Amino acid sequence: MNHPRPGLSKLRLDPTVCDAHGFCAEVLPELITLDEWEFPVFISGGLTVEVPHELLGEAKRAVSACPVLALRLSKED
Amino acid sequence: MTSITPRLLPPDPVTGRALDMRSLSAHEAHFGPAPRVAVATKGRPESLIDEISASGLRGRGGGWFPTARKMHAVVESAAARKALSSGRKAVVIANAMEGEPASSKDAILLSHSPHLVIEGIQAAAATIGASNAYLAVHRGSPLIPILDEVLAQRSGIDRVPVELITPPARYVASEESALTHWAGDGEATPVYGARPFQRGMNGRPTLVQNAETLAHIALIARNGGAWFASAGVPDAPGTTLVSVGGAVAQPGVIEVATGSPVTDILNRCGGVTGSIQGFLTGGYGGAWVSTTALQTTTWAPDPVREAGGVIGAGILLALGSQHCPLEEMARVAMWMAGESAGQCGPCRFGLPTVADDLATLAGREGSIQDIHRLNERLALIVNRGGCKHPDGTARFISTGIHTFHAEVAHHANGHCSASSNHFALPIPEGRAVPVNRAGKDFK
Repeated sequence: MNHPRPGLSKLRLDPTVCDAHGFCAEVLPELITLDEWEFPVFISGGLTVEVPHELLGEAKRAVSACPVLALRLSKED
Repeated sequence: MTSITPRLLPPDPVTGRALDMRSLSAHEAHFGPAPRVAVATKGRPESLIDEISASGLRGRGGGWFPTARKMHAVVESAAARKALSSGRKAVVIANAMEGEPASSKDAILLSHSPHLVIEGIQAAAATIGASNAYLAVHRGSPLIPILDEVLAQRSGIDRVPVELITPPARYVASEESALTHWAGDGEATPVYGARPFQRGMNGRPTLVQNAETLAHIALIARNGGAWFASAGVPDAPGTTLVSVGGAVAQPGVIEVATGSPVTDILNRCGGVTGSIQGFLTGGYGGAWVSTTALQTTTWAPDPVREAGGVIGAGILLALGSQHCPLEEMARVAMWMAGESAGQCGPCRFGLPTVADDLATLAGREGSIQDIHRLNERLALIVNRGGCKHPDGTARFISTGIHTFHAEVAHHANGHCSASSNHFALPIPEGRAVPVNRAGKDFK
């Protein structure tokens, strides 16, 4: 379980929507890699990852780069 | 430990077999008349919820989540929605899908004490103010004609009519959100991030409870929470059904108090037969445990977890030493891969790949490197699906690799100790027919 720190944005993946386009890992390699089937793997190991302030711009780009809208950025838990 | 009188499956005093109480008169002769439960109004649950809370009852579908807390959550979201005047009333779904092939407790319960389950549905529905109730068994289930007959006997008795629904038999269809989705206007596929207690069937607050949990509620409504908690361990009280299978003299479903020594459970099934190389707990989404660790523990969520296992829906299966654990696991892993809804990449691609890895090892064509790669893949599959199907399957495999490590290494060196040519782990007939890459048919 991740323990969210207040104020930090979180990137959230809906795995039922993700179709392995892989753009997110290109835009945000600091937080996202791809598995052998090219599905994203967050460095957190789960389906949400905390986004440090300095990567917020890239995280927003990753969200809009996803053709199937599988990524969301949110402030709340 | 004193032996406990079975509550859900009382035995015939002469034969010792569970009484057949499909007829309402036989049911009432044993259990007494149905409990009267006041109907919740004004968004407040009825007092039975306090008894359920006091009973300490936890869900028997596998998660062992506190039942009263789940009921409170449904009541609260129903009240919140009513306040928003979008308020349609709550729904109860009794889950008797029994997706785990090694489980038969819900089928045994519903074919012996079906009225108890339906009374539990009624009591739960009244307590949370639900206006609709469903009983889900899988499509093609032999329970369907039995339950049709049981429900016909109850026409005019039940405040909330219970509708029998039959979703597809697929393993993931019994998952709570998949079941709720299907009961509404959706498909029998898990819904990521779903909170059925808030927005369940067609958006209504939905209480999904396992059939056994509801049967316990029917008895708590009669006898109270303190009575319920007088059996079993304090943090998971009561009696519980266990499907005991594999290498035991009399496989079947027994009712035990939680906290019973596992050796007592095995002895009640006539004891193990022959040499045992390990135990499967919790089914194909569960965990393998070594013989020593399991035989020295007791059957309750915490001690079984400390032994490395998981009670889940109450499955205990002894694997005889004549079977090849790798062949068994490869076959089950392929079947589980086929039972996926195929919505998420790690499940859709990961499970067939690790099943293939197991088949390679089982066929004595794998090396130590292949074992390492399999372990890496298993670690990468977990926590990344919309439901727990991939996680459960990965746990089934990784605990097996650990429990049977000597035999796994033996295979990597080109040997197999098995002598049997039939399989110990059951696979439902007429579904996915997996074939081993090494060329051996998995029947």
